[in-house]
Amino acid sequence: MGRKRGGIRPSDSSLAVLARRAEAVAVPAGALLAGLAAFSLFLLLLGKSPAEFYALVYKAGFGTWFSWQNTLSRTAPLLLAALCVALPARLGLVVIGGEGAIVLGGLACGALGGALSGLPGAVAIPLLAAAGVLAAGVWIGAVGALRHYRGVNETIASLLMAYIAIALMNHLVEGPFRDPASLNKPSTAPLAEHLRIGDIPGWDVHWGLVAGIVGCLVSWVLVERTTWGFAARIAGGNVRAALVQGLPVGRLVVGFAALGGVFAGLAGVFEVAAVHGSANASLAAGYGYTGILIAFLARHNPLAIIPVAVLLAGFEASSGLVQRRMDLPDATVLVLQGFTFVAILVSETLYGRLRVFTPETWGIPR
Amino acid sequence: MNGTELGLWAIPLAILGGAIRVSTPFLFVSLGEVLTERSGRINLGLEGTLVFGAMSGYAIACVTGLPWAGVLAAAGAGSLFGLVHGLVCSLPRVNDIAVGISLMLLGTGLAYFFGKPFIQPVAPDLPALELGWWSDLPQVQAALRVNVLFPVGILAALLLWWMFRATRIGLLVRVVGDSTDAARAMGLRPAFIRTLATAAGGAFAGVGGAYLSLFYPGSWNEGISSGQGLMAVALVIFARWNPIACLGAALLFGGAGALGPALQSVGIPDGYYLFYAMPYVMTLGVLIATSSPGRAMAGAPGELSISK
Repeated sequence: MGRKRGGIRPSDSSLAVLARRAEAVAVPAGALLAGLAAFSLFLLLLGKSPAEFYALVYKAGFGTWFSWQNTLSRTAPLLLAALCVALPARLGLVVIGGEGAIVLGGLACGALGGALSGLPGAVAIPLLAAAGVLAAGVWIGAVGALRHYRGVNETIASLLMAYIAIALMNHLVEGPFRDPASLNKPSTAPLAEHLRIGDIPGWDVHWGLVAGIVGCLVSWVLVERTTWGFAARIAGGNVRAALVQGLPVGRLVVGFAALGGVFAGLAGVFEVAAVHGSANASLAAGYGYTGILIAFLARHNPLAIIPVAVLLAGFEASSGLVQRRMDLPDATVLVLQGFTFVAILVSETLYGRLRVFTPETWGIPR
Repeated sequence: MNGTELGLWAIPLAILGGAIRVSTPFLFVSLGEVLTERSGRINLGLEGTLVFGAMSGYAIACVTGLPWAGVLAAAGAGSLFGLVHGLVCSLPRVNDIAVGISLMLLGTGLAYFFGKPFIQPVAPDLPALELGWWSDLPQVQAALRVNVLFPVGILAALLLWWMFRATRIGLLVRVVGDSTDAARAMGLRPAFIRTLATAAGGAFAGVGGAYLSLFYPGSWNEGISSGQGLMAVALVIFARWNPIACLGAALLFGGAGALGPALQSVGIPDGYYLFYAMPYVMTLGVLIATSSPGRAMAGAPGELSISK
């Protein structure tokens, strides 16, 4: 979306190029609106006011600086979780098990926190982050390896591995790593104060937001501006052609999947080190699943992930207020996400079929 | 002989009983998925259909007091989800795997949304057959207390197998699933047949959900299914798209799922969560063992996106 780079050959009409870019923005935006419209209809059928709903979302998600900070705090894990879908998608992989990588990243961070508490924060925090990122990267990298070397369907495998990761976390926080002081909610021992990651100065938002935005920018450069990204796009389009060209498809598949896992793992690390303070069941909060929707809405473009993640974080931030004011269940956001998701997939069929955007309309014979 | 003398024999007995109890939803979802995949589509959304079927079945049974009305409602809701999946996937250039994921989220979301008021009330259970009447042992009686839907599922498996083998409908589904071009050449409408097959497959998954909420575990809550629908999809690959093999695979997966509770029932509580993860690990293992890189899997429908 909004790519402003070259590629305009002399024979191209710049209007046609512009039309193609306009299509890349207009179709997903239209789908998003259609999804919201379908959800409005759903609310009307239930006798609730869509206007009130959206007004509350605006108020609780974006209305004040306070609500903006709430939204941005929730944006951090969503950005990183969406990258776990968008990066493997460049190679044609549909990985939906980011939730497992978040859990493992957080678990590794929480479990090692006690052992590293003797070290100064400047040494220990990077080590904790590295441990979380490594565990998650290996986890999703394995999904890519299974796909490439064994032909195992990555969608099913990644979701199964997410369930396994959550079971592993439950086992470890209730058994070997349980802090005896955590009675109601089994957790690892809380991280020492100097191992916690704080807020961005002047903001009530932790550093995960910066990490997420940097992650998106780095991913965009990787995908759009490097030979690896170019090779990945070729392999994603046609594996056989890529193999004939001598591209290392296996390494690309595993590498992009593992990098996606690294980002999701980082989300888990921030959830533990900056939000919860210890690893527990709160890690499986569904960020991984919302991340899937964000990546699809952004059409797997890392830059587009940023605004989409902020928007969906705003919806999640407003969930509590909507529940109280409109007497709607907490699953309302899930229903909204479901409608939007179906709408964005239906919109895939529109590309190249809307006359306004076709090159012919703008004077290029084909 | 009384119950306490059963000793360690209680474990295999509990696993057998558990396998029958746990396998029924697997069986129904996998039969539905076999029908869908044989027509050349994959529906990952059956996980959402299962959860919505569980909610709608429970809700209708609660309101009407008739558990079978609940089963019927769940089947209807399931076929509606299947219909939506089938119609959306009929559009050109729409990815059926992605649509499945979106309907998985929508199905669970809608189920949680409408299911909130039904978490407390108690719905009437589906009737059970007491196949353990010949034994005095309470454990044997408990293990062989089989729900009516289990034999119904076995019957459905046999019927589907016969349908694919010997009927015109079965042949149409298979042709459409193996080659869109051949089907078109025969004057068939592939998208139409696939949509019907997906809707029928959704109805099966809905019934599987009703079993969850109306018999075992027998109540509606938001954690009622954790991936059973998805595991059933993997199970279909393992069963090589054969309805009869689905029955065996469902029992095997059910047994793996029953391992944790069975060990717990004889007082081995250690590693509860690890045993709980057994079915996932087993499904993954089975997927790894049965998949093959490069070439299509034996028995796979030719138009299936996961095997192409």
